[in-house]
Amino acid sequence: MSAILPSTRPERDCELLDSASFGVIEKPIPAWERIWNRDWVRKLAIIVFLAVVWQLYSMWKANPLVFPSFIETIKAFYDTSRTGELPTRVVGSLKLLVGGYGIGLALAGILTILAITTRFGNDLLDTLTSMFNPLPAIALLPLALLWFGFGSGSIIFVTVHSVLWPVALNTHSGFRSVSNTLRMVGRNYGLTGFRYVFSILIPGAFPSILAGMKIGWAFAWRTLIAAELVYGANKGSGGLGWFIFENKNSLEIAAVFAGLLTVILIGLAVENLVFRVIENRTVKRWGMQA
Amino acid sequence: MSGSPPNESPLLDVRGVTLQYKTKEHLVTATFRVSFEVMRSERFVVLGPSGCGKSTLLKAIGGYLTPTEGEMRLKGQLITKPGPDRMMVFQEFDQLLPWKTVKENVKFALRASRRLAPREAEDRAQSYLAKVNLSKFLDSYPHTLSGGMKQRVAIARGMAMEPDILLMDEPFAALDALTRRKMQDELLQLWADTRFTVLFVTHSIPEAVKIGSRILLLSPHPGQVKAELNSVPPDDAAGARTLERNIHSMLFADEVEEEALNH
Repeated sequence: MSAILPSTRPERDCELLDSASFGVIEKPIPAWERIWNRDWVRKLAIIVFLAVVWQLYSMWKANPLVFPSFIETIKAFYDTSRTGELPTRVVGSLKLLVGGYGIGLALAGILTILAITTRFGNDLLDTLTSMFNPLPAIALLPLALLWFGFGSGSIIFVTVHSVLWPVALNTHSGFRSVSNTLRMVGRNYGLTGFRYVFSILIPGAFPSILAGMKIGWAFAWRTLIAAELVYGANKGSGGLGWFIFENKNSLEIAAVFAGLLTVILIGLAVENLVFRVIENRTVKRWGMQA
Repeated sequence: MSGSPPNESPLLDVRGVTLQYKTKEHLVTATFRVSFEVMRSERFVVLGPSGCGKSTLLKAIGGYLTPTEGEMRLKGQLITKPGPDRMMVFQEFDQLLPWKTVKENVKFALRASRRLAPREAEDRAQSYLAKVNLSKFLDSYPHTLSGGMKQRVAIARGMAMEPDILLMDEPFAALDALTRRKMQDELLQLWADTRFTVLFVTHSIPEAVKIGSRILLLSPHPGQVKAELNSVPPDDAAGARTLERNIHSMLFADEVEEEALNH
């Protein structure tokens, strides 16, 4: 029997080393590695790389009418900015965008709060989102023009449509995924109704809400530019989409590229300056998102 | 019955409580006509194997479920809904609000339930967190804490509310064995300091004997009261072992295969 068991071995009792006798306990990371560890440095490197590829390709192609180079685009960007044309157009677009986005978020908020507090609201939201979420906002533009005429009303209408459903869908699924334990904790404190929604459900669902807001923002931008491309003639106050359309008509292709570049730059800025900051201060700090 | 004088009215009176819940296909009876009384400052443990409905029973006392039969009264008041007079400590580590720091979690409980003004809430949160040795982590977010520390915050939060009764649903079950023992000792120490009333649910016989001053044994499928026993003083190791053996044979007399449930 004892042959099956491992043989008894001597026991060990070791002296621990003094911390002073270790070689490395903490060592600073080299400067270049620290710089490369920053997100924005790596992202900037990607952007610079793309710009260089663009420039080289356009030089090889050598047809500025079809594919202007990076430098020509930047020049057009600078010229139209200096004359004040581009900034006015950007401001015009942003006004509509913020309006449409804001109304969309507010409506989505009302619908989802209704949906989590009442069963009828839940059915209403389910039905409406499955009906309208697949409907492209641009497809509603002809109707919008009929109802609201040529003007900002129509554009805001389609923007609201493009924001409302994805945001409502995300927020609602966020509310439903708040853990049962957290819900019980909230009720244990005696929270009910709106106090319960605002102090437990909304923060608990914040990762999904934020994701919905990001998607909504992108959708709003796309819809807005597309709608302005179709028409934007609100005499002199047309937005960025109209700027792109006009310049294409007058074969100022570099200015068209400058307009597209502006759309991209605003997208990058909002993503990295607004949403990133909100994320870092909320869901990342709370450990609800890696 | 227990050490308390016979004319003292019970703090919590559970009388003939039958709890049922519905799954998609079945109506399940979790407990059947369970009755017991908890006196003030008792450490009352509900002990039973998985499936005896002990957690369901605790949730019903918490006010989350309504019994199909029988009634539960706290200080003579019928329990109908959740409330801060019965603070819960759950088994899950996600019971702290992740968007609040350790201190804010305790403060928010006091503020949300409208128990204290901001200033007093701050003081009380700090003093209870000091009791569970977390003064260094007041401004940490829950996700940076270990499981044991999270449970300590939950216990501090429950105690800071100074509820009539603290309801603990296997709060140490998800902890490693060493931390669990330490937490049990700390809980007993806290009890010695403040003599709060606690209703503690567990499936571990040694834990029940260690934590409890009185132990209610439930049999499984559905949960029914099998016995109600007094525990032994914490320093009586031999008595504890005998009691553990007795409880074990009472619970598992005819089901030897369920022995694995016992730690």
